[in-house]
Amino acid sequence: MNELLTATATELAAKIAAREVSAVEVAQAHLDRIAEVDEKVHAFLHVDADGALAQARRVDAGEVTGPLAGVPLALKDVIVTKGVPTTAGSRILEGWIPPYDATIVERMRAAGIVVLGKTNMDEFAMGSSTEHSAYGPSRNPWDLTRTPGGSGGGSSAAVASYQAPLGIGTDTGGSIRQPAAVTGTVGAKPTYGGVSRYGLIAFSSSLDQAGPCARTVLDAALLHEVIGGHDPRDSTSIDAPVPPVVEAARQADVTGLRVGVVSQFKGDGYQPGVLARFDESVALLEKLGATVEEVSCPHFDYALPAYYLIAPSEASSNLARYDAMRYGLRVGDDGEASAEEVMAATRDAGFGAEVKRRIILGTYALSAGYYDAYYGQAQKVRTLISRDFAAAFERVDVLLSPTTPTTAFTLGERVDDPMAMYLADLCTIPSNLYGGPGLSVPCGLSDDGLPVGLQVMAPVQADDRMYRIAAAVEAALGTDKLLENAPRL
Amino acid sequence: MTDDELDHLAQQLDVILGAVARVQEVAAADIPPTSHSVPMSNVYRPDELVPSLGADAALAAAPAAEDGRFRVPRILDEEA
Repeated sequence: MNELLTATATELAAKIAAREVSAVEVAQAHLDRIAEVDEKVHAFLHVDADGALAQARRVDAGEVTGPLAGVPLALKDVIVTKGVPTTAGSRILEGWIPPYDATIVERMRAAGIVVLGKTNMDEFAMGSSTEHSAYGPSRNPWDLTRTPGGSGGGSSAAVASYQAPLGIGTDTGGSIRQPAAVTGTVGAKPTYGGVSRYGLIAFSSSLDQAGPCARTVLDAALLHEVIGGHDPRDSTSIDAPVPPVVEAARQADVTGLRVGVVSQFKGDGYQPGVLARFDESVALLEKLGATVEEVSCPHFDYALPAYYLIAPSEASSNLARYDAMRYGLRVGDDGEASAEEVMAATRDAGFGAEVKRRIILGTYALSAGYYDAYYGQAQKVRTLISRDFAAAFERVDVLLSPTTPTTAFTLGERVDDPMAMYLADLCTIPSNLYGGPGLSVPCGLSDDGLPVGLQVMAPVQADDRMYRIAAAVEAALGTDKLLENAPRL
Repeated sequence: MTDDELDHLAQQLDVILGAVARVQEVAAADIPPTSHSVPMSNVYRPDELVPSLGADAALAAAPAAEDGRFRVPRILDEEA
């Protein structure tokens, strides 16, 4: 394969800065790769070749510089882009061209990053496989009959199939980390509030967080640094410097770090090959100088049920904005139908099955008479989970678990079994409820030959710690080269 | 939604509700609820004039527009 495609973002940026290769050549190589393989993978919903080449020319002209200038990126279609179609994987936004850019898009443009296009996702980021996309599923480059995870499966599949060295995902319950785990890539959910949500189409506002996807830990850290930091346009944005994630990824030293293994995330339901790779990673960290102890977080068992009340409740409120009046789809406006009838017809035609399920569930959980028993109780569980994290972080610096209980599942296997689908996010959800950062780094292949992810969870605003651990694991296991084991597309 | 769709969904929602009802097992009355992980309140941005979206840009994606405004279906039951 063309070495411009297999190079890391760090290497590409260095070559472009040294004028060994132009940003336009790099962008074109990736656009050609998309044209060659994306028919099989279906990572992209929209390819913006003109926009990508224009940005690459700006980099080549020296108008923008930075540690990732000229590096191509696949952007999840839940992030709004001025003048470039944005659908969030939904029929209800088909053809919508946003009139503004998300803050992270502005920051990436200013840093010289070249956005190749918008990637596929479960509708409004609700799902764990991309099968709930209105535009058809993406496929896992390791095995095209399997899902690349979700909701951000388009970005993870693009990065894993060398269509882009970098991607952006959003993580409400695991939608960056789970796709990373099942595609053998790196994905990080920053601390909630660490990256601006301005221009991120809302699913569950108290949980949603955008973050980097990459093939190496250092590449993810470099992207994290570009998109992170305070934004006055997001009132939940943390007004503090971005944690030193790049330095941590370069340091990759775990000497003296106290590592906790979550005792709740093992046993029945976990694939033996996943647990084997996880146990080996823990043993490796101990050998590298970290101290390891098992930590019990008893309320993590209740994270999944709490999440499936809180997220749908917030979604049922957020998605009320799709009213067929100001933008997006409008169905049944025949001059006779009332606004209410048009709204109902539009939502019926525009929302898919999973979105409808969650709106109904959320509306129910928030309704008078059920509020205390469902939403109210879930919010209390959220407190208990945060307390579990706080207690754990008094004893250890980071917590570890497998990112997902199993490797990539096959397309169709769980699409009409919501509870089975929800289990894919079992280990990733607690960090969202607590607000702390979480990262998935590849830690080898399971017995079925598919990639396994190691999840590192850290305290709020200690994102650097997870990059330190992940970089050490990656260096010791050589998992930055894991994708070389994937079949050629 | 069609009746078939509702029947299918009702069964699934039964299963989901049964599973999520587990939250009722643990949280006692003295546990305060968490609505948001970052403890912040009354966050204001500087009160400065910044350019806003023009009417043309705001209306560009409207399903229907007329005279610089959004055109919507009737909102009252009576004949106009």
